[in-house]
Amino acid sequence: MGSRVEILNDDGYRSDGRRQFELRDITMDLSPRGTADGSAMITHGLTQVMVSVFGPREAKMRAQTLHDRAVLNVEVNIAPFSTGERRKRNRGDKRILELAASIKSTFEPVVQTALYPRSQIDIYVHVLQQDGGLLQASINAATLALVGAGIPLLDLVCAVTGGVHSTSPMLDLTTLEENDIPHLTVAVMPKTGNVTLVTMETRLHVDRFGDIFKLTCDAAQVIHQEMKRAAYARTRRLVDAMDVDSKSILLTGDNVDKDTAMNELE
Amino acid sequence: MVEITIRKRPRTDAVITQRKFFKKTARGKVIKVLRERYLRDDVSCGIHSCRECAAVEDAKPTLPSSGSTEHPTFPNGHFVLPDTNVFLAQMDLIESSLFTPPIVVLQTVMEEVRHRSLPLYNRLKALLKADDKQTWVFYNEFRSETAIVREEDESPNDRNDRGIRKATAWYNTHISLARPPIRGQTRPPLPDVVLLTDDAANRQKAEKDGIKSLSVRRYVEGTKDSSKLLDLLSATGSDTLEPTKAVSARQALYPEYLPMATLLAGVKSGQLHQGHFNANQYNYLEGSVPVQGLDKPVLLIGREHMNRAVQGDVVAVEVFPEAKWKASADEVVDQETTLKNDDAEESEEEGDDVETIAEQNVLRSEHSKRVASERQPTGRIVGIIKRNWRSYVCHIDSTSLTSSNQTSLSQQTVFATPVSRLLPRIRLRTRQAPSLLGQKILVTIDRWDSTSRYPEGHFVRALGKVESKEAEQESLLLEFDVPYRPFGKAILDCLPEEGEAWVVPPKSDTNPEWRDREDLRDLLICSIDPPGCQDIDDALHARPLPNGNIEAGVHIADVSRFVLPDTPMDKEAAARGTTVYLVDKRIDMLPALLGTNLCSLRPFVERLAFSVIWEMNADAEIVNVRFTKSVIASKQAFTYKEAQIRKDDPHMQDDLSKSIRLLNTLAVKLRAGRMAAGALNLASPEVKIHMDTSESSDPIDVEQKELLETNSLVEEFMLLANISVARKIQETFPQTAVLRRHLPPPKTNFEKLQDILKKRKGLALDVSSSGALAASLDKCLDPSEPAFNTLVRIMATRCMLSAEYFCSGSVARDTFGHYGLASPIYTHFTSPIRRYADVLAHRQLAAAVSYAPLHPSLHSKPHVERVLDVVNKRHRMAQMAGRASVEFYVGLALKARGARGTVVEEAFVIRTFRNGIGVFVSKLGLEGLVMFTRETQFEPDGYRITVPAPQGDTAIAVFDKVKVQIEVEKDRNTQRGKVKMTLVGPVDLRALSA
Repeated sequence: MGSRVEILNDDGYRSDGRRQFELRDITMDLSPRGTADGSAMITHGLTQVMVSVFGPREAKMRAQTLHDRAVLNVEVNIAPFSTGERRKRNRGDKRILELAASIKSTFEPVVQTALYPRSQIDIYVHVLQQDGGLLQASINAATLALVGAGIPLLDLVCAVTGGVHSTSPMLDLTTLEENDIPHLTVAVMPKTGNVTLVTMETRLHVDRFGDIFKLTCDAAQVIHQEMKRAAYARTRRLVDAMDVDSKSILLTGDNVDKDTAMNELE
Repeated sequence: MVEITIRKRPRTDAVITQRKFFKKTARGKVIKVLRERYLRDDVSCGIHSCRECAAVEDAKPTLPSSGSTEHPTFPNGHFVLPDTNVFLAQMDLIESSLFTPPIVVLQTVMEEVRHRSLPLYNRLKALLKADDKQTWVFYNEFRSETAIVREEDESPNDRNDRGIRKATAWYNTHISLARPPIRGQTRPPLPDVVLLTDDAANRQKAEKDGIKSLSVRRYVEGTKDSSKLLDLLSATGSDTLEPTKAVSARQALYPEYLPMATLLAGVKSGQLHQGHFNANQYNYLEGSVPVQGLDKPVLLIGREHMNRAVQGDVVAVEVFPEAKWKASADEVVDQETTLKNDDAEESEEEGDDVETIAEQNVLRSEHSKRVASERQPTGRIVGIIKRNWRSYVCHIDSTSLTSSNQTSLSQQTVFATPVSRLLPRIRLRTRQAPSLLGQKILVTIDRWDSTSRYPEGHFVRALGKVESKEAEQESLLLEFDVPYRPFGKAILDCLPEEGEAWVVPPKSDTNPEWRDREDLRDLLICSIDPPGCQDIDDALHARPLPNGNIEAGVHIADVSRFVLPDTPMDKEAAARGTTVYLVDKRIDMLPALLGTNLCSLRPFVERLAFSVIWEMNADAEIVNVRFTKSVIASKQAFTYKEAQIRKDDPHMQDDLSKSIRLLNTLAVKLRAGRMAAGALNLASPEVKIHMDTSESSDPIDVEQKELLETNSLVEEFMLLANISVARKIQETFPQTAVLRRHLPPPKTNFEKLQDILKKRKGLALDVSSSGALAASLDKCLDPSEPAFNTLVRIMATRCMLSAEYFCSGSVARDTFGHYGLASPIYTHFTSPIRRYADVLAHRQLAAAVSYAPLHPSLHSKPHVERVLDVVNKRHRMAQMAGRASVEFYVGLALKARGARGTVVEEAFVIRTFRNGIGVFVSKLGLEGLVMFTRETQFEPDGYRITVPAPQGDTAIAVFDKVKVQIEVEKDRNTQRGKVKMTLVGPVDLRALSA
């Protein structure tokens, strides 16, 4: 298949009609699901991930509790219908474990676990549909779910995938592109610009790495705006439902960038 | 910083943005694939000063705002929008410089072309980049107004056609929207966008939608140069418009091909065999297909069994049961003589006419005579897996013309005879037949129906008068697919800005040019090359060291300093692969400024080099080797002869002469070492053409090249450098090193030669290893005939495989060896100006010595393989082109000599046929055929033929020396020059054949 589709044609279009630096359509849905304390469903193009967060709650397993902070527990479940080729992955699958480990290590420095000693925060990731950028979608959805659950975070974590076709960098790859070109996923805390995750499974020339890394960090800022907007809209709706004076929320909501919030309202 | 955005799209349009299809994997599993696309409004229409599209960033419109006003049907100007089939069938027309209208190429069309034929897609892409064409790619599938979805029960083809119509309609409304009428002024006339399609149904639908559409023929008929352009129309296109005769009424001459799926399944299961079709140059009714799994190639006898295959096609063959196997014919059958009366026009109804019967007679008479002992697998072609048709250089056969009146413009069907003897005659229709007589023309094959004896083609362009140097040269380049266009602007822009004035900057620690470069300017370096050499890639030095050892160095032009990866120049060089040397012309791989000046290691100037420096002991054993980038200043550029004289003159005692002597003593030892290891000393018939003066460049004579000691000196050191570099880069980049190998030939290749040698001379050839072969070749001596040894060497060389470049990670480690040189590893490093593989080796070596990081593309095995495939092909073609060029000049020289009297030369017999002998004239490096018209006695087992003569029958056998008269005669019909040889001694047949 690789030879049939041009990843980036001479006029700068990718195979799905995007240009190099255009991200796919993103939708974020923060409505609650079941008994979860916080949940979020995010789609990046045709990749769809749902994350539910439970906790902080009492640790189920004694052996794993820590006396000075909470334990993050990440479990990933990839639906067999999420890819074209129907395949059931069991929970012990190495790739799934690795994905879970990446998500866990991404959030460990961000979630303020020290506030909840001897407790546990569960992050359940459900992959419903995949078309590239699985890790990025999982991390973004987890951030929003944690926000929804009201768990204190140092910052929102925004993840983006970037790749290089020959010498041209591009963002937010589909499966087709991921199979063809070297790519990396970067998770950034946009306020401080700290990077909590960089992973790359393919070979990429070291000269190209700097460019693409910087580019993905910039793209994370774009996702950040989108996340803030979604989080604010959700809050807004809750506030309206509670019929509380919206102004007070605006004034106290430090986490939400006021300017964006105002723009959004107008 | 670049602008990063999110492509938002409403949820509701998922219907048109998402596409679902099912795909079957190689293992037979069915997978559902879901793809999405993003529709946008910022896809530019490409028309100059279009108000609507002005907002689109980085679009550089290329189409003129009023289109082309040249076509009388569209006085208001027009653009053409061809559909897929137009590009597939009429590419020659569109590429023609006479076809000038601005062209809109739709994305749908591009993708369909790509899907159907990659070569055509590449031509289309080249067309889009060409400066002299006004083209624009409109991404209709990405523009929201023109994107369409395949409907239920709609075939992909119909969907694409609908998309093309929709885009055409959009263009027309877009133009009118972009130019609204201004009050008070008359609205300026709007140009039309015209759909070009040869599909009548599509045209009807277009008319219903109010879209202007035309067939290609109708469109071209309206243009100014219609008569010239009409010839470029391919036959497939005109078919539906001019059904000359009912195709179904005709009798099928060839069996139909099996369907593709059956072929592939057959090849997979081993019932069929796949291979390249090779026509037999001596007998047009015979061909062969070398296949895997059988020792000998599969023989195909007769038209029907060759089933419309053309030289180079990838075919599937069915092998007959062993009882039906036959031997190759031992007769020369010439297409033109057997079929000279075949009529181009009338042979529309081919069947049991005279020619077929004549042909059958030839075959029948042959069959009875075939030798049973030499049977080889025989079979027939049941299908073509891939056509490898290209454009062929041809002559028009004058006898096939119905009217040769110069002014006649009537359409005629004529035969074009390709220059290559391996190709069948091509039938084509043209209106300019009379004016094409006596010209070399380029013809493309369009199709070959089972009802037509000959392939049908169309005229592409005329190259010029037969035997004019320009036409011959160009035809040669085309025939061997040598890219010979001048370098484009983008490529020349990659050259240093200083141009000719570029010099090595003065030495300083801060200058990047001097970083990690050794200063070797004081060394006594000289170059030794053939006379008149302008692209000097290599120079040498040697000096004694204080510790008694000797330092020897080879300095190669540092081409990789100027040719950087990923530049247009690099891409062009990779595509050209090698410099091609013709007798009177050189087609450079790199622009002349680099090749003959900045990179060329000319004497008395400072040049950048890449040096390989050895420390050797007195026995020429390597103690140490190092590689470094350097700056050198060559002290002298010698020719082989000058260097030889200098070395041999005892009065010359200067340091330079001493170092040449030192190099020579080392080279002698190196050579002895190589020969002991089993290297082959092969021979190929190399001749040199003497030119009269440089202006007229008329060849006056031909002589064999002589080899001096200094030739071997340079050769030894270049081999040593190549081997040292090969070791180094293989060590550093085990996966992607660019190497060269020469596989040992299969033993069966030598069987015939061994048999001939045994029967004729009682000599044995041991082919168990290269060393054994070298030793037994040395013993092939005939005391009475000193040239006999060379002849055997030439014949042995022909039995071998050719050397090839490869990527070290893609073949097994034990096949790296170079058979001819008896070296376990080898590469090409020493001629980067004229070979692209050397440039790659330079880059890898530079990375291996940590001079510069390796470009990522050279880390990728598939990329290296792809580049080397091209280079291998170009290399082969370049060799053949060079040889053909020599042959042409030998022909001219013969003609010049023939004008002064008859040319009689000594020749060796190298093959015997039932009705002729193949001879080799070593003095001219020329191979020819002597045909006998009289009945002869032929003993195929003894390779002997007995010719009746007035003074008694005379036997002639392989390796015999004969005398032949050589003359160049023109074929009366095609004006093709042909070398004709007649036997003069031992029997004089001149009187008989005349």
